[in-house]
Amino acid sequence: MKLSRSSLRVVVAIAVILLVAFAMYNLWDPLKTRAVLGFAVRYSIPLMLAALCAIVCERSGIVNIGIEGQMLASAFSGFFVASALGVWIGIAAALITGVLTGMFLALCAVRWRIDQIIAGTVINTLAFGFTSFFYQQGKTLKGGLPEWHIPLLNKIPLIGPVLFQRGPIAYTAMLAVFVMHVALFRTRWGLRTRAVGEHPSAADTVGVSVERLRYINTSLAGLFAGLAGAFIAIESAGTFQRSMTSGRGFLALAIMIMGRWRPLFAAASALFFGLMSGITNQLQFDKVVDIPAQFVSMTPYILTIVVLAVFAGRVRPPAAAGTAYVKE
Amino acid sequence: MLVDRRRLERSLLPVASVLLAFVVGAVLIVIQGKNPGLAAKAIYNGAFNGSEAFGRTLEKATPLILAGVAVIVGLKAGLFNIGAQGQLVFGSITAAYVGYRLKLPTAIHIPFTLLVGAVTGAGVGALAGFLKATRNVHEVISTIMLNTIIANLTDWLAGEAWQMKGQAVSRTPPIQPTARIGRIFDFPLGFPLAVAIAFAVWFLISRTTVGFRMNTVGANKHAAHYAGMSVAKTTVLAMGISGGLAGLGGAIETQGVVGHFEPLSGGNLGFDGITIALLARVSPRAAIPSAMLIGALRASNTKLQADAGLSPEIIDGVLGIILLFVAAPVIIRWVLRRRNAEPGEQVQLTTGWGS
Repeated sequence: MKLSRSSLRVVVAIAVILLVAFAMYNLWDPLKTRAVLGFAVRYSIPLMLAALCAIVCERSGIVNIGIEGQMLASAFSGFFVASALGVWIGIAAALITGVLTGMFLALCAVRWRIDQIIAGTVINTLAFGFTSFFYQQGKTLKGGLPEWHIPLLNKIPLIGPVLFQRGPIAYTAMLAVFVMHVALFRTRWGLRTRAVGEHPSAADTVGVSVERLRYINTSLAGLFAGLAGAFIAIESAGTFQRSMTSGRGFLALAIMIMGRWRPLFAAASALFFGLMSGITNQLQFDKVVDIPAQFVSMTPYILTIVVLAVFAGRVRPPAAAGTAYVKE
Repeated sequence: MLVDRRRLERSLLPVASVLLAFVVGAVLIVIQGKNPGLAAKAIYNGAFNGSEAFGRTLEKATPLILAGVAVIVGLKAGLFNIGAQGQLVFGSITAAYVGYRLKLPTAIHIPFTLLVGAVTGAGVGALAGFLKATRNVHEVISTIMLNTIIANLTDWLAGEAWQMKGQAVSRTPPIQPTARIGRIFDFPLGFPLAVAIAFAVWFLISRTTVGFRMNTVGANKHAAHYAGMSVAKTTVLAMGISGGLAGLGGAIETQGVVGHFEPLSGGNLGFDGITIALLARVSPRAAIPSAMLIGALRASNTKLQADAGLSPEIIDGVLGIILLFVAAPVIIRWVLRRRNAEPGEQVQLTTGWGS
């Protein structure tokens, strides 16, 4: 099979990450390396999911800056339903919330043709207001999600325990990255979606219903945002706090840009962010570098600006992203 | 006649949005099993009843006017400055530093401190504008990142470098009396300043060459470029002015209300600016009544908690609904059984990350 230039880059990216991991493995003791890598994966899962949501929306021509709010609302409904009815129903509630908020964005952007960035801001503001208002203290989960050990794979040194001893949402996220990559670039749905995002009038001419596809895609992309919220509140933290998504929905947008609107690249970017945060955390924890905690928590955000300053000028977003399609 | 009716309808929309948002808020209160009548009374007592309450409303409205006008300046140039929050916080901490550190006569200390707040806020805004103009980094993402960076930075400054001695909590020392903007009876003196600046911004945008450039770039940057305007310069300038206004709002908050800096003392002022800008239909002068409305809601925060037993987050919920209704006039039209949205009624930004 001939490697295309794009898949070559994925290979290179993965190689670099592995190299760094290997260097760390030799330099530090294995326990620490495992901690850093574990942190990186845990950190990157919700970012991957949110970036998938962003990619599907933008590939269809809808700019979604409401992911932050979608995640927050899903984390909220997911956690409180889970605390009352169990974790699985909680995840379902988070997914439903994700789809409903996605539908709302589609309604604003497609039906009402509201400016998409403002529509996203409305979602963020509403999610913040409502989750703060209805927040209740003292709720706990009755039981956590199971941790599944994948036989054989979890025996791989270093990578096994980091990647293959995870919960259901993490596995779904890893799988979703590959599935969505193939779906976007190898299926009829993917071709149509990209056409609608690049050149809607051309897609319309050949009989693709632009508005319907945008509606469906934006709504269903909410599943990923919902899953990201469920991961944060149920699988990872096991609790809900006000504004607990802490800007990760926006980080996902930067990751989408860095990943050039491709699921696999975005996943690699998310891992890169996770690795950087993990390393800084560990360095600070070990007092290798004596920097205040606030500067450590700043790193992903500074990194985002730097990454965008390097990448944003060189990549090309879907041409029709952000504009409503008006049939002539 | 037709034109007049349209204009009337257009000014009716924000009013209807607010009223409808109150209705939804009342429903939310009922759902919680509380009494919306008590809430209304608490808002009246907390925000309007007596000179102390009304003074508090004006006090809350002061930085909100500036935050709203800051967002408006950006929108005029086609830029969505979500970073008003960070710029405002940065302006308020640098003002606090200059306010407590320097010893100057009042006549110099007050304006100098205000200037420092405005300039540092402008620096943050201009940085986002610069990244947009030269590196094509979308201002929505860069300003959100800067918000978080500034939140962490100010947290560290107030907790370490500029912390008040012998304090367990993160806060700066109180500013010198010479830097404080006082009040006459209950009337906060920062308020007329904010109003004057809102008018100045209106003048800048609608009566000067700079404003014309910003409007043109906002309407169509290709046309602006073709007409010989520098899109890059205008972008940096608009973001700089926007950040400067937000920073000034932060400085006034420090000098006129809080008297020192502590993290979260500014609350969500910058984000309220977005709601105000849209409620004012992107008009600097209309930002004044819009900010006063939201200021009144914020001023009644404690009363709502004490008298009506509500969590103060109800205000955030209601503000979110107001934002929804002003952003989606369709909903109000549907409720009022009116159709035919007119073109140009909705705010349109240059969206997409590339352009």
